[in-house]
Amino acid sequence: MREFWVFVRKEFYHILRDRRTMMILLIMPVVMIILFGFALTTEVRNVNIGVLTSEPDHAVEQILNRLDASEYFTVKERLDSPDDIDRKFRGRELDMVIAFGDHFSEKVFDPEGAAMQLVVDATNASMAQSYTAYASAIVAQYQQDMQPGAGRKGIVPNVVLMYNPQMKSSYNFVPGIMGLTLMLICALMTSIAIVKEKETGTMEVLLVSPLRPIHIIIAKMIPYFTVSCVNLLTILLLSIFVLKVPVAGSMVALCVVSLIYIIIALSLGLLVSTLVDQQIIAMLFSSMLLMVPTILLCGMIFPVESMPEILQYFSHLLPPKWYIMAVRKLMIAGLPVSFIWKEIVILIVMAVLLITISLRKFNNRLE
Amino acid sequence: MNNDIVIQTKDLTKKFGSFTAVDHISFEVRRGEIFGFLGANGAGKTTAMRMLCGLSRPTSGMGQVAGFDIARQQEKIKQNIGYMSQKFSLYGDLKVWENIRLYAGIYGMKDADIARKTEELLERLDFTKERDTLVDSLPLGWKQKLAFSVSIFHEPKIVFLDEPTGGVDPTTRRQFWEMIYEAANRGITIFVTTHYMDEAEYCHRVSMMVDGRIDALDSPSNLKQQFNASSMDEVFRKLARKAERME
Repeated sequence: MREFWVFVRKEFYHILRDRRTMMILLIMPVVMIILFGFALTTEVRNVNIGVLTSEPDHAVEQILNRLDASEYFTVKERLDSPDDIDRKFRGRELDMVIAFGDHFSEKVFDPEGAAMQLVVDATNASMAQSYTAYASAIVAQYQQDMQPGAGRKGIVPNVVLMYNPQMKSSYNFVPGIMGLTLMLICALMTSIAIVKEKETGTMEVLLVSPLRPIHIIIAKMIPYFTVSCVNLLTILLLSIFVLKVPVAGSMVALCVVSLIYIIIALSLGLLVSTLVDQQIIAMLFSSMLLMVPTILLCGMIFPVESMPEILQYFSHLLPPKWYIMAVRKLMIAGLPVSFIWKEIVILIVMAVLLITISLRKFNNRLE
Repeated sequence: MNNDIVIQTKDLTKKFGSFTAVDHISFEVRRGEIFGFLGANGAGKTTAMRMLCGLSRPTSGMGQVAGFDIARQQEKIKQNIGYMSQKFSLYGDLKVWENIRLYAGIYGMKDADIARKTEELLERLDFTKERDTLVDSLPLGWKQKLAFSVSIFHEPKIVFLDEPTGGVDPTTRRQFWEMIYEAANRGITIFVTTHYMDEAEYCHRVSMMVDGRIDALDSPSNLKQQFNASSMDEVFRKLARKAERME
């Protein structure tokens, strides 16, 4: 065992002496959290509204007041003619224009209903969709308040946003960043570290030494395991104290799931290292095969549910998807552990499979 | 088995599918001997050496290294050998003394012994002021000398050197061979592969591998006589001409 710890100490020297890489590894999650949390927000905020109406009307005013009072919209100006819309959109002065039909108040209670049109600058399609959804919700709410009970026509959905009542997008991406960071540190860095020994020829010397191959592998993983624990802690602290995203569920369960996921990522790193012989290839391999799918296919940015079916099936094969899903349930929904059994079992099965395959490949290479 | 014989093989064979990389080789190496293991690229040197180091199992035949069976007692063998490859085998981002401590530690040496022997070694190599230098910033010749010293630091019975002088200038090569002789005089057996035929002349005995077989094995002077050649280079060329398989 002493031989083993001598070797682990050397691994720590490697990463501690490479200051630049070390800084990148420690600071990257912080930068990502800040970027996603404050800059790349998909939240609706400060939407400037223009109003097109032919006459003063009290129902119109009430709706406008409600829109203006919400934190999403600002009623900026009254337009004189529909011809102004195009100019205002191009000048980036307005994001949305609401046009009200004639005699709006009287027609509100008509069977035909009152006419109202939302005109949105849809250059950013998903934002445009959010604007109309938010505005429609506010109008619907107004309508419901005006005619409660028997008088109401049609179906007025009462939308309840559970778990994330303010629709904060930061709630959504924190688990994603956790999945991505752990994958990056554990898989990418481990594969590079092992391949580096192959490239420089020191691996041969180690294999000829009395060190057992399994000890070499574990020793190489320990420093990255440590770094990823530090990262996990940083991300959680930042999200709790800076983004104000609470950990609603069990902290213990969160740590256990993360641990399983770290093991998966480490074995993926080992697997990559058995397949390639050069650091640069290991880097490409890990980033193309592990990072990109994690970012694009695991619900970090785009929801899995809205992908084409074939990609959804494919995403089932990706460990980060299950991890991110489990973390969302635990952190944001605050569900008890009994609700994430499926994810845990899938992750454990993946971990066992990957460890077996990568260790077997590693040993085969020795023969 | 004679106590003076540290490596012994009998019909040692390694096949990869239908390809026979090492074909029934039998030889003995005595204690303190400098044994040159020569052959063209692809002749099977590396495969044979990997089997002797316990990295690869023979397909058939038997072999003993330091008194242990190469098919069953690889762990024991690894404890008793040292190894240095043509690729540089130290860690560039570790200091000179850290490299020594690492390898000595891997071979299970005690801290006190490591500390004492490290000072001795640094003094002998005239390296004392480079103690805290990162190995990356040493000249290649120094690195190579250090790598050899590290490979025999734990006093192995046998040290395997895989083309140890590749890319080193002639002066350093001479110094390197002086170190090899010194180690051999202390009773460490040297098993060395090389491309340089002038180095083959320094060996006590030389084996020549062609197509996985050992076609010649004797002292350099006997070999030259046997092949009616003036240098080992000529012996090698005469033998290599018989080779049928390419790399």
